[in-house]
Amino acid sequence: MAKAAADGNARTWSDVRPQRRASIPEGMWVRCSSCSKMVYKRHLEANLHVCPECSFHNRIGAAERVKQLADTGTFQEMFANLTPTDPLGFKDLKGYKDRLLAEQIKTGRVDAVKAGTCFIKGRATMLCCLDLTFMMGSMGSVVGEVVTRSIEHATRDSLPLVIVSCSGGARMQEAGLSLMQMAKTSAALARYDDAGGLFISVLTDPTTGGVTASFAMLGDVILAEPDALIGFAGPRVIAQTIRQELPEGFQRSEFLQKSGLVDRVVPRAQLRNELARLIDFAGK
Amino acid sequence: MSAYYQLDFEKPVVALEREIEALETRLKAEGEQSTNGHRLRAEIDEHRRKRDAALREAYGTLTAWQTVRVARHPNRPQTRDYIALMCRDFVELSGDRRFGDDPAIVTGFARIGPMKVMLVGHQKGKQTSEKVACNFGCAHPEGYRKALAKMQLAAKFGVPIVTLVDTPGAYPGLGAEQRGQAEAIAVNMLEMSRLRTPIVSIVIGEGGSGGALGIAVADSVAMLSNSWYSVISPEGCAAILWKEANEQTNTAAAKALKLTAKDNLELGIIDEVIPEPVGGAHRDPSGTAQSLQQWVLSRLHDLRGKPLDELLEVRYQRYRRMGVYLEQAAPVPSR
Repeated sequence: MAKAAADGNARTWSDVRPQRRASIPEGMWVRCSSCSKMVYKRHLEANLHVCPECSFHNRIGAAERVKQLADTGTFQEMFANLTPTDPLGFKDLKGYKDRLLAEQIKTGRVDAVKAGTCFIKGRATMLCCLDLTFMMGSMGSVVGEVVTRSIEHATRDSLPLVIVSCSGGARMQEAGLSLMQMAKTSAALARYDDAGGLFISVLTDPTTGGVTASFAMLGDVILAEPDALIGFAGPRVIAQTIRQELPEGFQRSEFLQKSGLVDRVVPRAQLRNELARLIDFAGK
Repeated sequence: MSAYYQLDFEKPVVALEREIEALETRLKAEGEQSTNGHRLRAEIDEHRRKRDAALREAYGTLTAWQTVRVARHPNRPQTRDYIALMCRDFVELSGDRRFGDDPAIVTGFARIGPMKVMLVGHQKGKQTSEKVACNFGCAHPEGYRKALAKMQLAAKFGVPIVTLVDTPGAYPGLGAEQRGQAEAIAVNMLEMSRLRTPIVSIVIGEGGSGGALGIAVADSVAMLSNSWYSVISPEGCAAILWKEANEQTNTAAAKALKLTAKDNLELGIIDEVIPEPVGGAHRDPSGTAQSLQQWVLSRLHDLRGKPLDELLEVRYQRYRRMGVYLEQAAPVPSR
């Protein structure tokens, strides 16, 4: 250290931290990516993956989301037999087929969505959750089809519909077919609307691109988790276009609420309650 | 000046065109009856034949990336050109009644042949000032809301809707996000899927993602043969998946995205390709407008005969079947 200081390369504490992290036993404690405090992993899990120190909402997968929202043991998964293919023979630096396989092995999931019927505090509900862990929750044919079938099932059985979104947008590797999922899901929601169904859209970090620009923004009621990134274009693209820095908090849940685009910002711990309350007010 | 705007693969054509022009000037100066007149006339005809052959060759084998560049040609006809060329009695209507008027989307009643229609189209702009006002065809939420308001007006009176798509994408800016760009596009798709009047849509240049689809949910969709339509621009795709957008990666991305009219037809995303004159729409705007008019009239003629409930059911099913996936219990590969 002293030698480094003499060279004029004194390291600050923030430089040193990553090395200290390595000495902590694997899996017991985690460092909050927002406040940098050490958090006991079991506490974090018990707190729905929200940091007990700073209330930072960590991203969670679809399985965890379902576990948090549905009454224990009531979730009955549907449409799990739909699997993605590579209709375009898409190849960038890596082939789409290989990418899919790698993601499936990594996550143990077939694609980026999990849907089914469940009870939320005793209210029968059609629940559909996007899964960020699989290719950034991007929407290709399978995600679009599962979302559409969920909407159609909710229409048929007169169930309230809850879709929890988290997605980088439409999946580039299915190009035009991904784009068409936006129209398909929106058209299905038009019919659900005609039938008088209640659709609650829950936006979580991050919800962007083609998912925001289709079903995610079409909720009768739109809820958002605190401080989630929600937008059409990505912040970097916007900064490049307008050639100026973006204001503090731009495209975050609270900003969207102020802009009139989101009804309520709901902390994760209250989400189940809020959904049940809304279903009581408007659901059938 | 801009008449000579050249794409690299058009170079031999443009060189020949310049020579033809020079010869014609000489012919004019010397007179058709002069001693050189006959020789010059013959030379011009010969050059024209060569140019046509060169055009056919260049345009017969366009790569996907070259097609994108033709679709962006500065002389390519835009919505206002087609309005002038194929519509009569155009009554332009402005504003979304909420925030403002977006010149990037043009809307109004018009007559095409014997038909009354509501015309909705992206406008990129031709002169610099118009381009800036139109944000180069990148519409704001107020543009999409204006389009929807006018389409609902049309539906109220049973007037069919014609939309012309030509946008690099919806505008990615501060105000656009604040005013709900995503919401505006989403609502348009939802409402267009249940508008009780026939809708036909043509991609006339660029069909850039949600910004295009926001006015392109229709009963019948066509593309001009040198236009493109996909979920992202080749540059955007290259920058993300190839980590860098340059000539080489753009070419690869354009090919991978299957964005040409022919590809989109094969994928079932569009219903028909409308051929452009040899050398692209910018070489013969009125010929292109004629083809557009013919297609619009024939499609609207078919669609107008259908009962509305059937029309809406067929429109719903058109989008409902989009997507390719396998339906089976596939074992998840284990760790």
